Amino acid sequence: MKYTVTDKGYYGQFGGAYIPEMLYPNVEELRSNYLQIMYEEEFQKEFNELLKDFVGRPTPLYFATRLSERYATRIYLKREDLCHTGAHKINNTIGQILLAKRLGKKKIIAETGAGQHGVATATVCALMGMECTVYMGKHDMERQRPNVERMRILGTTVVPVLSGSMTLKDATNEAMRHWINHPVDTHYIIGSVVGPHPYPDIVARFQSVISKEMKEQLIEAEGNPFPDYVIACVGGGSNAAGAFYHYLEAEHVNLVGVEAAGKGVQSGQSAATTVLGKPGILHGSKTLLMQTEDGQVVEPYSISAGLDYPGIGPMHAHLFDVGRVQFLSATDDEAMEAGIELSRMEGIIPAIETAHALAMLKKMEFDRDDVVVINLSGRGDKDLETYIKWGKY
Amino acid sequence: MSIHNRVKDLFGQQRHELLSVFYTAGFPRLEDTPRIAGLLERSGVDMIEIGIPFSDPIADGPVIQESNTIALGNGMTVKKLLEQVREIRKTVKIPIVLMGYLNPVVQYGIESFCRDAANAGVDGLILPDMPAEEYRRAYRKFFDENNLTITFLISPTTSPERIRQIDEATNGFIYAVSSSSTTGAKLSFSKEQEDYFEEIRKMKLKNPFMIGFGISNRETFSLACLHGSGAIVGSAFISLLRTSTDFEKDILKFVTNLKGKSNE
Ligand SMILES: Cc1ncc(COP(=O)(O)O)c(C=O)c1O
Repeated sequence: MKYTVTDKGYYGQFGGAYIPEMLYPNVEELRSNYLQIMYEEEFQKEFNELLKDFVGRPTPLYFATRLSERYATRIYLKREDLCHTGAHKINNTIGQILLAKRLGKKKIIAETGAGQHGVATATVCALMGMECTVYMGKHDMERQRPNVERMRILGTTVVPVLSGSMTLKDATNEAMRHWINHPVDTHYIIGSVVGPHPYPDIVARFQSVISKEMKEQLIEAEGNPFPDYVIACVGGGSNAAGAFYHYLEAEHVNLVGVEAAGKGVQSGQSAATTVLGKPGILHGSKTLLMQTEDGQVVEPYSISAGLDYPGIGPMHAHLFDVGRVQFLSATDDEAMEAGIELSRMEGIIPAIETAHALAMLKKMEFDRDDVVVINLSGRGDKDLETYIKWGKY
Repeated sequence: MSIHNRVKDLFGQQRHELLSVFYTAGFPRLEDTPRIAGLLERSGVDMIEIGIPFSDPIADGPVIQESNTIALGNGMTVKKLLEQVREIRKTVKIPIVLMGYLNPVVQYGIESFCRDAANAGVDGLILPDMPAEEYRRAYRKFFDENNLTITFLISPTTSPERIRQIDEATNGFIYAVSSSSTTGAKLSFSKEQEDYFEEIRKMKLKNPFMIGFGISNRETFSLACLHGSGAIVGSAFISLLRTSTDFEKDILKFVTNLKGKSNE
């Protein structure tokens, strides 16, 4: 397995666990137990049953007829938007809460950007009767209001974060601080393939159900598990990790990660990490990071709260480094237009994060018989205010 | 680089009642760093820890976070800090340790950072998010070449076995974090915390240990001194700097209050 994590927690030069000593016991407890727990038959059974009956998996692989006609190729949408709570995030939170229970943890914390991971965490905590606290940047609380209220209805405490740009990075800082202060009874459910080892691997494994299903569904639909392209948006990179996972070793499958270009990659208001970042250390791992020459992390920008992060997961940094995944980007406007297009042509209003992946249809060229799978990571209900503000529909 | 390392010299001479004060470089104003160091030495402080500001200080509570934000807003950089240390060394003789997150140091280049820091007059480094394994594998030789000490942290949740490993990797002193928490001033210690300090003392580590996080007043300082070689004060001092209009008077008073006597 060329692209999976080493037992020291590295993907090529990226990854590792760069954490203060106060976090070491928590992270070490996870590291030394996660694989064993995840491979237990009982764990697998409970995980798969919840994915089926609670989340609603498998999610459909939908052939988008009108979109395929317009772009003269064969476009499938992997419908993670149909997961319970409206995005892929819940695949990971179901897995991690089962892990937390087996580690004897009593309380859960999480960070959230778009609020989808926060809602997915609040949901599994309600399901398991565990106390939940979610950190969310104040700016994100404003642009993702419905999700804030959903978390509260589910019984979660949402803590506004006022530092930095008041977005995902700052919420992650605050969740890590909380964890340092509550090391024994609390599990931190990280929402993407970021953080110290073993988090990126844990999250990637739980999300890998996406590509596992895709393979089975493509055999059914096309007689061949391997598409020509898999396209997914990348914030931290969890939906992309899940969509790519079982195709990483199949080098003939083109994997495309789409970052948020914001107002333009070189505009100074962007979150396109692979273009603007250099290797650095943030939130416990070495990865590509948007930063100043002096090693200060730069505040990113994107219209989409879920992509508004100055790094990407270490696995993606490595996949970029070795050229296994092609990274492209979409601006705010390109994403919004693609979101409206999907709404009009297929009757699906996508999350604005997801709309970045959809924007590649205009920017890439496909052959007529190419099979193109776009990971539809989430639905757009949470983004109504942003759509309304954008206004061009 | 000098042959002598002031941290090693200090602990060679004295292993009790040591007071180390932490403050953030470039705070409250960019050019305050050298002046504060001079006043600390004059007030009888034994060691100075200067924080390299970082945009995302995940191990720090609100007070030090804010000082980082202000320092960066003032234009503080690693390069500027090393110039300020050079300035400080024109007069100040006590040990100077730099403390910071790994990323700014790595961007500067670990090898050149160790060299330039030592040349400026720095004696040791504390990099809380640098894994000990990584230090041994890749960084140690640059520390050794430049006669810089390295200090690792331990906390109440660190296992005895790991404390031994950390003791092996450390030279200079160990930083014993008083509770599993981010930085911040507290008014007293609990029974559990005292038990924990006592356990470390009984382990008879090869390195002396200093107690930090939550030291804010005479009571917490004296208690820490009962168990360790001394204590490190951070947030409480930074709060003072934030509000003080007379550094000279206030710093002397702060240090005198902590130590319960004036040194000179
Ligand atoms: C629908 C949706 N897609 C994508 C993302 C980005 O996260 P990741 O890159 O981890 O998939 C988010 C994050 O909030 C999201 O809500």
